[in-house]
Amino acid sequence: MLAFIGRRIAISFLILFGSSFLVYNMEAIAGDPLASLAESSARNKAYLISRLTAQLQLDVPPPARYFIWLKGVFSIFIGHLDFGKTRAGGSVLELIGAAVPVTLRLVTAATVLAIVLGISIGVLSAIRQYSRLDYSMTFVSFLFFSLPVFWIAVLLKQYFAIGFNDFLASGQVTMPFMIGIPLALGLIIAGFIGGERRRFWISYGLAAVGLFALLILLNLINWFQSPGLGIVLVFLFSAGAGIVIAGLNMGFEHKTARKAALTVAAIGAVLYYPFNLIPGEWLNLGLVALLGVISIVVGVFAAGAWAKEDRSALRRIGGLTAFFTGLILILDKLMQVWNPYVNSDAISGRPVPTISAANDLLSTNNYWWQLLDVLLHLLLPTLGIMLISFAGYVRYARSSLLEVMNMDYIRTARAKGLTERTVVVRHALRNAMIPLTTLIAFDLSGLIGGAFITEAIYGWKGMGTIFLQSVSNQDLNLLMGVFFLTSFLAVMGNLLADLAYSALDPRIRIGK
Amino acid sequence: MTEKNSTVSNTADSSIEMKETAGLSQGQLVRKRFFRHRAANISLAYLFLIVLFVFSAGGIHLGSKDAPFTIPGWWHLTINDMSQVSITHSPSGQLLIGAPTLDLNPFDGNGISVGAHPFGQDTIGHDYFSLVIRGAQQSIMVMLVVGLIGGLMGTIIGAVSGYFRGLTDSVLMRFTDLIITIPTVIIGSVIGSRLGNLGVFPLALFLGLFAWTGLARLVRGEFLTLREREFVDAARVAGASAGRIIFKHILPNAMGVIIVSVTLLLSGAILLETALSYVGFGVQSPDVSLGTLISQYQDSFQASPWLFWWPGFFIISIALSVNFVGDGLRDAFDPRQKRKLSRKDLAQAKQVEKN
Repeated sequence: MLAFIGRRIAISFLILFGSSFLVYNMEAIAGDPLASLAESSARNKAYLISRLTAQLQLDVPPPARYFIWLKGVFSIFIGHLDFGKTRAGGSVLELIGAAVPVTLRLVTAATVLAIVLGISIGVLSAIRQYSRLDYSMTFVSFLFFSLPVFWIAVLLKQYFAIGFNDFLASGQVTMPFMIGIPLALGLIIAGFIGGERRRFWISYGLAAVGLFALLILLNLINWFQSPGLGIVLVFLFSAGAGIVIAGLNMGFEHKTARKAALTVAAIGAVLYYPFNLIPGEWLNLGLVALLGVISIVVGVFAAGAWAKEDRSALRRIGGLTAFFTGLILILDKLMQVWNPYVNSDAISGRPVPTISAANDLLSTNNYWWQLLDVLLHLLLPTLGIMLISFAGYVRYARSSLLEVMNMDYIRTARAKGLTERTVVVRHALRNAMIPLTTLIAFDLSGLIGGAFITEAIYGWKGMGTIFLQSVSNQDLNLLMGVFFLTSFLAVMGNLLADLAYSALDPRIRIGK
Repeated sequence: MTEKNSTVSNTADSSIEMKETAGLSQGQLVRKRFFRHRAANISLAYLFLIVLFVFSAGGIHLGSKDAPFTIPGWWHLTINDMSQVSITHSPSGQLLIGAPTLDLNPFDGNGISVGAHPFGQDTIGHDYFSLVIRGAQQSIMVMLVVGLIGGLMGTIIGAVSGYFRGLTDSVLMRFTDLIITIPTVIIGSVIGSRLGNLGVFPLALFLGLFAWTGLARLVRGEFLTLREREFVDAARVAGASAGRIIFKHILPNAMGVIIVSVTLLLSGAILLETALSYVGFGVQSPDVSLGTLISQYQDSFQASPWLFWWPGFFIISIALSVNFVGDGLRDAFDPRQKRKLSRKDLAQAKQVEKN
């Protein structure tokens, strides 16, 4: 095993060496960094050219210059990594160091959401193969698959940001939307409920009427201008989440599981007022994360206390329920600061931004305000990235699960008399997820460089932006820095994917 | 209930499937299954119509700048023709600059009419219809060239390394890994920014040179399994050469994998080209592509949304229909694929079981 990993790493470095050599020379030969200077009409043109030549060592032919660059990279072994200098004279490493967190912030939420949503919808679509839901999800995922990201970004800006901000000015849902939203959403809800044609239309009608009534109610209490959930809804939502989690894990008929989940949700509701008393100024990301961890631990033990058997499953339910309860509490808190945030001078009533990563005008040390600001800036780019990468996961999850469902051991499991839930969740899903881990590992490694168009559109100064800049300025060192980091991560992701695959699937033996 | 149904459908499936497949060749079977996939059929026809429309309207322009070879299309304007920008008012009184004259509503008294500028005009008076048509031609060209080159290279490299194994395989696969580590956007931007001004053909050519890696891996895997099968042994014993075994015996069996992943390559290529053109590294200025059109006019979405909708419509139509055709082909080539049984089939099967 160790020998295998060692050999793989050695080969990976050889590959990195080869590809960086290739890219360096391709770019060095194709793009002349002096071209823009040669065309300029500056009086000290000759001086500028000779200075840039000396600075970037352009007098050395590219293949040899590559090794000067490589020497800088290898000096990581003596403690300081050196990617050289940009044209402007700055350190490439510093630029990249500043860009990576920006990109990570942009893509993390989008990727996690895309994976979770994509896999769940793909699984649902496979379980109900050839149903209305399956056909419409196939169509939708193909549609998203074919959308150019820059095109959807313009649409999102227009309808989600500008349109939504205009709507917020009044805060009242107008009649066309009042009718249109229930009709459209009802279709989706009924599609997920499924069933025969009669049942479909009944659930459609009920959902549409219910949504219509809900919108009227929300209009009446002016909910969209000062939203909030309150303790009752917080409890109901977390109880609902808990029941679903318990049902998926141990079956909807399992009483202890349900009790355990409800206990955790009740604890969340009890903590509602204490949680709301904490001033936002005291909090920061670390503290909130700590609170989250504590609540998950509490959830694990509270649920575990119910256990006579299956302790670990109950604990899992408790932890997951606590996690979602915490999210709902945070959501409620954000809704409470929504109204003052929107009406503050920095925002002045137009909360959904179309550009940049944070509002510079906003000066506050209240954590919830900062969080809301960051989340709103993430909204459009996250939606754009998510819609497009989500489609791939739906397709993969669907075909992977369908493949597993045809296996003999699934028939055996059914023949033993196991419930359909156990067959799907325990037997099929686990095996269907194995090929997906490879995909996920590979995708995660491609994240850093993958969002360059989204970054350009929304004006985030991340890896993509500096990469585009480096290509158009013929800034070879900067380009190589970005390239090296992305391909290094790609190689490592590949290795991790292989290792994960062999760990999850005992039939795969590596290292032979 | 579901379980009972599935046993019925299993036996029904196999009997129906048996009856249907009796006496048909592999190609006939695939064709038959493909033409049963309704979405794929519609998409194929639609794609064909779009390509026909785009190339007949805009004409075909080949050759260099000095020695052009042109077949004119049926649309009388070209991307260089300029005319006065029309200024009209919308029914609600909004000022419209260069509004589309296409009228598809037969009930408004004027009937269906095309008008002088069906897709409108851009801000300086170019006919937008010819711009979009030209852009779509470029995108389709890139798509086809990338698909052709990527498909050929991927198939050959994968086939050779899967068939010969050993040292050849190691070298070729390490080379594939090497190309895979270079992210597509990086390679595309570097190529596009340096070669984009040469025209769309060299751009597509070079993009194709880097687009074969995924396919090569798939084909190699397929060849590794297929080369162990009896019919390959039989061919070898009969004295067939390596080339003959690869191309005549194994390749036809691996065709499914190849065709499906080439269609994915095609739809990926059109999105890559438009994305590169959008950030300015693809097709360069005097020439247009669907990506450059969107990037140029995205800010005028408020005033003249048609400048944004039409190129997007063509990108999505082409990519979507290619994807659907690919899906249909995947189903058609997959022998384990069971089709959905109609009510009639199920009733028949139940009848058979009873007797």
